[in-house]
Amino acid sequence: MTGATRRERAAVSGGSGTPPAADPVARPVVRPVGAHGLLVELGSGERTQALHAELLRRRADGRLPGVTEIVPAARTVLLDGVADPDALAAELPGWEIGPLRTREEPVVEIPVRYDGPDLAEVAEVWGVAPEEVGPIHADREFRVAFCGFAPGFGYLTGLPERYAVSRRTTPRTSVPAGSVALAGAYTGVYPRPSPGGWRLIGTTDLALWDAAREPAALLAPGVRVRFVPEARR
Amino acid sequence: MSGADEIGKTEVTGATGATGATDGALAVVRAGALTTVQDRGRPGHAHLGVPRSGALDPYAHALVNRLVGNPPDAAALETTLDGCALRPDRAVTVAVGGAPCPVTVDGRPAPWGAAVRVAAGALLTVGAAVRGLRSYVAVAGGVAAEPVLGSRSADLLSGLGPAPLTNGTVLPLGPARGPVPPAGPVPWPGPPEELVLRVRPGPRDDWFTDGALRTLATARYRVAAASNRIGLRTEGPPLERAVPGELPSEGMVLGAVQVPPDGCPVVFLADHPTTGGYPVIAVAEARDLAAAAQAVPGTPVRFVPLGPAARRPPAHPG
Repeated sequence: MTGATRRERAAVSGGSGTPPAADPVARPVVRPVGAHGLLVELGSGERTQALHAELLRRRADGRLPGVTEIVPAARTVLLDGVADPDALAAELPGWEIGPLRTREEPVVEIPVRYDGPDLAEVAEVWGVAPEEVGPIHADREFRVAFCGFAPGFGYLTGLPERYAVSRRTTPRTSVPAGSVALAGAYTGVYPRPSPGGWRLIGTTDLALWDAAREPAALLAPGVRVRFVPEARR
Repeated sequence: MSGADEIGKTEVTGATGATGATDGALAVVRAGALTTVQDRGRPGHAHLGVPRSGALDPYAHALVNRLVGNPPDAAALETTLDGCALRPDRAVTVAVGGAPCPVTVDGRPAPWGAAVRVAAGALLTVGAAVRGLRSYVAVAGGVAAEPVLGSRSADLLSGLGPAPLTNGTVLPLGPARGPVPPAGPVPWPGPPEELVLRVRPGPRDDWFTDGALRTLATARYRVAAASNRIGLRTEGPPLERAVPGELPSEGMVLGAVQVPPDGCPVVFLADHPTTGGYPVIAVAEARDLAAAAQAVPGTPVRFVPLGPAARRPPAHPG
């Protein structure tokens, strides 16, 4: 990914003018959010994750005074509680943002049985046999890009775009906790029973969310994830 | 249980229930339409998909706590419209505030907005709100429900924290800290006749037509009955979008004025989702949201845009 890294640097430190946010090599666009918030919009998921990592580094170093929330999403990072949002908004587009150094992040291994009810549909979209879905899915490292929908629900990137699947047209009224599921190129694991429209490909017994545990959420943004297939019972 | 007047117990230290210590219990005789345990919530976990939650009217919440000698972050009860009835199993000092309502102890009228002594086994009734929507009931020592991520607040979006009260619920109480401080008359902002929300445009005001921004600034909206702890819904002229299509989900803040497809603004309150895909045209000042929590359905709403140079309130009041 050295190409992407080079573009990344060019995007944030050089260039002139203000190209639209959709341009993947554009500078970040910083939008005001109330009295103390900023929404930073980036051109790609990868750049969003890199900025998120940079923001966490800066906060850990004490360089983001006041910030109470750093919330990544698909193409944006939200900051709230910013002591001086005008100053940060002016400064941030000029930041040198390093490449995403994923090796620094912790790894969570999720044991999974590829036994989901949508396995056959997913296999058809992928053009493979149902028993091949598990090995293809497990043969890579994922990263929690962001969370949302429910406490502890992570949107995991790592699956190439060619494996993207649409959501179900009719969402299920109840998806069991521990369901491993796909929507677009994202993978998610339902932390508890809830309605949902993602395609279910497997099951894990790992508790993704446990309020009594530290940390409560295993899948925080930035965490690396590996799915480890369990032998069929 | 323990004696009636052991307020100054020697083992009592520090913040309410910080060690998990409990002292007595509060039985819920009548839960009311919706009564929840609330403290100042659990901000700082939005990146995990955890809403901030917390008392919708933080000023009323802090004031009832102060009236009974609790620290401001102690857990109290938040009622909705029709109050509740409670029976402590030890003598307690309580204060009812927020939305004005009749208060009785064993059928006898008791003051609202002041410390009230309730004997062990006596029935405290918090009546229906005369004005406003949400009353707060603090008990000296605080409600010692099990904290989740550092907060005892019930989060109705994601189900974290203690469940909404039902008839027969028994809530543990924390040990009271000491004598109840004397308090003179305290100021209470009345529930609004008209809800005025100062807003700062953005982050997605450019997804709307100029006409929509003018409409937001000039039109009269009303509080819709579907409002809840997640958001204050409004009824009024729809806001027209300049950009069609969907926005990839992005982080949401307290006070975000989100515009769903029907065009009527929704103001996000404490239990709001941490991310959302409808564009946010403006963000209401957090200091105006306590009034939003007390605005009954039908209350007129005005949005008043602040210019970019408008002075910012402190980031972390109190």
